[in-house]
Amino acid sequence: MFVPGNNPGMMQDAFIYGPDSIMLDLEDSVTMAEKDTARLLVHNALKTIDYGNTEMVVRINPLNTPYGKKDIEAVVKAGVHVIRMPKTETADEVREVEAEIEKVEREIGCLGRTQIMAAIESTLGVINAYDIAVASKRMMGIALGAEDYSANLKTQRSPEGMELLLARQTIVVAARAAGIDALDTVYSNLNDMETFRKEVELIKQLGFDGKSIINPRQIEVVNEVFAPKEKDIQKSLTILAAIKEAEKRGSGVIAVNGKMVDRPVVIRAQRTIDLAIASGIIKKEDIA
Amino acid sequence: MNTIKDRAALIAEAAKKMNKEVYNDSEVKKNITPRHELQRKSSKVVTLEEAIKKSGLKNGMTISFHHHFRGGDKVINMVVAKLAEMGFKDLHLASSSLIDVHEPLIEHIRNGVITQISTSGLRGALANEISHGLMKEPVVFRSHGSRGYAIKSGELHIDVAFLGASSSDPLGNAAGFSTSENAKSICGSLGYALPDAKYADHTIILTDDLVDYPNQHNAISEADVEFVVVVDSVGDSSKISSGAIRDTKNPRDILLAKQAAKVVMNSGYFENGFSLQTGSGGASLAVTKYLRQGMIDKGIKASFALGGITSHMVKLHQEGLIGRLIDVQSFDKVAAESLMNDPLHKSVSANEYAAMLEPGSATHFLDVVILSALEVDVNFNVNVLVGSDGIIRGAIGGHPDTAADSALSVIVCPLLRGRIPCVVDEVTTLITPGSNVDVVVTEYGIAVNPKRPEIKERLLAAGLNIVDIHELAEKARSIIGNPAPLPFGDKVVGIVLNRDGSVQDVIKNITE
Repeated sequence: MFVPGNNPGMMQDAFIYGPDSIMLDLEDSVTMAEKDTARLLVHNALKTIDYGNTEMVVRINPLNTPYGKKDIEAVVKAGVHVIRMPKTETADEVREVEAEIEKVEREIGCLGRTQIMAAIESTLGVINAYDIAVASKRMMGIALGAEDYSANLKTQRSPEGMELLLARQTIVVAARAAGIDALDTVYSNLNDMETFRKEVELIKQLGFDGKSIINPRQIEVVNEVFAPKEKDIQKSLTILAAIKEAEKRGSGVIAVNGKMVDRPVVIRAQRTIDLAIASGIIKKEDIA
Repeated sequence: MNTIKDRAALIAEAAKKMNKEVYNDSEVKKNITPRHELQRKSSKVVTLEEAIKKSGLKNGMTISFHHHFRGGDKVINMVVAKLAEMGFKDLHLASSSLIDVHEPLIEHIRNGVITQISTSGLRGALANEISHGLMKEPVVFRSHGSRGYAIKSGELHIDVAFLGASSSDPLGNAAGFSTSENAKSICGSLGYALPDAKYADHTIILTDDLVDYPNQHNAISEADVEFVVVVDSVGDSSKISSGAIRDTKNPRDILLAKQAAKVVMNSGYFENGFSLQTGSGGASLAVTKYLRQGMIDKGIKASFALGGITSHMVKLHQEGLIGRLIDVQSFDKVAAESLMNDPLHKSVSANEYAAMLEPGSATHFLDVVILSALEVDVNFNVNVLVGSDGIIRGAIGGHPDTAADSALSVIVCPLLRGRIPCVVDEVTTLITPGSNVDVVVTEYGIAVNPKRPEIKERLLAAGLNIVDIHELAEKARSIIGNPAPLPFGDKVVGIVLNRDGSVQDVIKNITE
C-alpha cells in the first residue's frame, strides 16, 4: 500500500488495515519543498512505529536527483526492509543503488540487510526487465508503474488495460525467470471498485504476485481475488501432508487420489497455503 | 305516580348528599354552528405570550423542551427569549438535550433568566461556558430512560412543557410530521417529549402547521394539551441528522464497522429474531451495512430495531430484514417519513424506550447494541459526555440504558483520535459503568470484558484479533505518550445521575 511520506497521520495508521507491505513514498507524492522533512519523517516512522510483521518499503528518489543518496542513507539506517527504485531502466541503475546501500550498510554493520524492488515505468525498462530482475542478489521484485509507461508508449490507460498487456506479461516472465516477485501497478479510481476488481482478476490470471494499492479500501478486493478457494486449500493441504509423509519414508515420488504429484504441483500447493495464511483464511498454527 | 316531578324532592336530596347541583335543563343551549367551522378553531389556540400567562408560570418554576429537531431546533431559543422579554427569572430549564444551536442560552443564564439546567447533553459554546463555570448550580445530566422515569415519578417535576410539533390541530393533537399540504417541518418521533406532555402541569404545543381536527396519527393527545401556539417555524428539518446520511468512506470507520459487525455475527446472539440498536456516527451507521450483508448471507432476520432510527435501518426494514422499527427519535428525514407512512414503524416514549423501572421498556428486549464512545478505560467504563480536554461535548443519550439492558453491548471506538488517546487508564467522567460494557472494538484489536469469557471464546474461535484492554491503553500511550493532567478547578459544574437515580459522578470546572 502506497502511503505518502509527508503525512504522519497516514503513516501511523497504515498498519491497522493489514496490508502485506507498506510503501512509504519519498518520490512523487512529496513536493520538492518537502523532500527533506519527508525523509526525516519516514526515517523516524521506521524507527518508532510498531508496524508488526508488515514488510516495510520506501520509494526513494532516483539517484540522479539531489535526494536519492540521502534517501538511501536515511532509510537503510532506519532499518527499512526494501528500497523501491522508481523509473528503473537498466541493470546498471540497480547496481548503482546497490553500491549506495552497501556503503551505508558497511558503515553501520549490517551488510546485506536491505532488499531492492525496481519499478519499471518505461518502454526501455520493459525491454530490460530480465536484466533488471537479475542485476543484484538483493532484487526481491519488479513492479509495473503504468502511468509513466503509458505516457512513454504515447497512449493512455484504458479500463481494459490492453495497452499494458505486453509490459505486464514481460514483467511476470522476467520475474519468474529470475525467481523474484512480480507486482502490478496501482488503480487510482476509488469510486469504481468493479473495474478495480476486474483488473485484479486479470493480473492474478497473468501470474502477478500482488497489486499495488493507494487506499485501504482496496485491500479487501485484492485479498478476495487472491484468496484461494476452500477446495484448493483442502487439496493443497492433502498434497503437502502426503509429501511430508513421503519424505519421512524417503520416497521421492508420491500420488494423491491416484494422480502423480511432482515438484510444480508441490510448489503450487505451498503457494496456495501461503496465500490462504496471508488472506487470513487459515492460521499458521492450524497446519501441523 | 312516579314522574320526574314527583321525584324532584328525592333528586334534590341525592344531590345534597353527593354535594352536587341539581341538573337545570333551561341552561342548556345547543351549539348549531356547522362543525367544519368549529374544527378549524379552538379556544386553546393563543399566542405564545398568552399561553405563558395563562399557564400560570412563575419565577423559580421548571420549563421543559425536547430536542427532536437537534441542530435545527428553533423552539427553545424562541420561548426562552420570550420568557426573558416577559421578565421571568430563576427558571429551571429541563430539556431532553441541548446542542450547539442553543448558544443564546448563555446570555439568558448570565441575566438570571435560567438558573438551573437538567439535560442529557450539552454541546458547543454553551457547553464550553458551562464547563468553565458559567452557572452557580451544577447541570444535572440524565440518560433518556432516566429522564423519562424521573418525570413520571415526579422527581423531575415539570410546571410548563413547551413542545414543538410539525403538526397540531386546534385541540392539540400533535405529531412530529404533517400530512397536510402546508407541512413545513418534519422530525418524526416525538418520543422524548411524551413524558413531558403527559406529566407536566401545563403543556403548550408550538406548531408551524395548524391542521384541521382531527390530526391523524398524533403522538401527543389533546387530552394532555392546554394551549396551541402557531409559529413561523419550529425547526429546520434538514439539520436533524448531523451531515447527510451516506456511506462513510473513512477507511478507519469502515475497518471499525467491519470488525464490530464480525463481533455481532460471532457473538452467539446473531440468530433469527434477534433485536438490535446502533448509535449514530460514521462507524455505527456502517455497522448496519455490514450486518445487512451478514443477515442476507446467513438468512437471518431481526425482530426489531430500536432507538434513534436511521435511513439505514429503514432500508433493512423495507427489505424485510428487520420486522419492526421502534423509534424514540428519528435520526434523519427518511426515518421520519417512514414513521409517518409505515404502520410497522412505531414511535415510543422515552419511558417505553429505556426506563429502568418500566417493565415494558424496549431496551429490556434488546439483544445487541452498538455504541460509540469518547473514551473507554481499562475497566470498560465509558465516557460519552466530557471530552479529553475536560470540556463537556456530548450527550449521555440512551448509552447507559441500552448498555445495561441489552444482552450484548459493543462499543466502537478508535484507539486514537489524532493525538487524543481514547482507551485510557480512567475515563474523565463515568457515564456507562464497565459492568455493563461487554466488547470494545478498536482499530488495534478487540477487547472483551473478563465478565464475558464465553463471548471472548466465541470471538477467538472466529479468528478475531482479541487483545487485553490494558494492552490497548499501553499501545495508545506508546504512540502518544502521557497527556498532561487536565486543569480542573474545584467547582462542580455537572452532576451525572445513574439511570437508577443515584449520583454517579460529578464534573468539575475547567480553568483554562
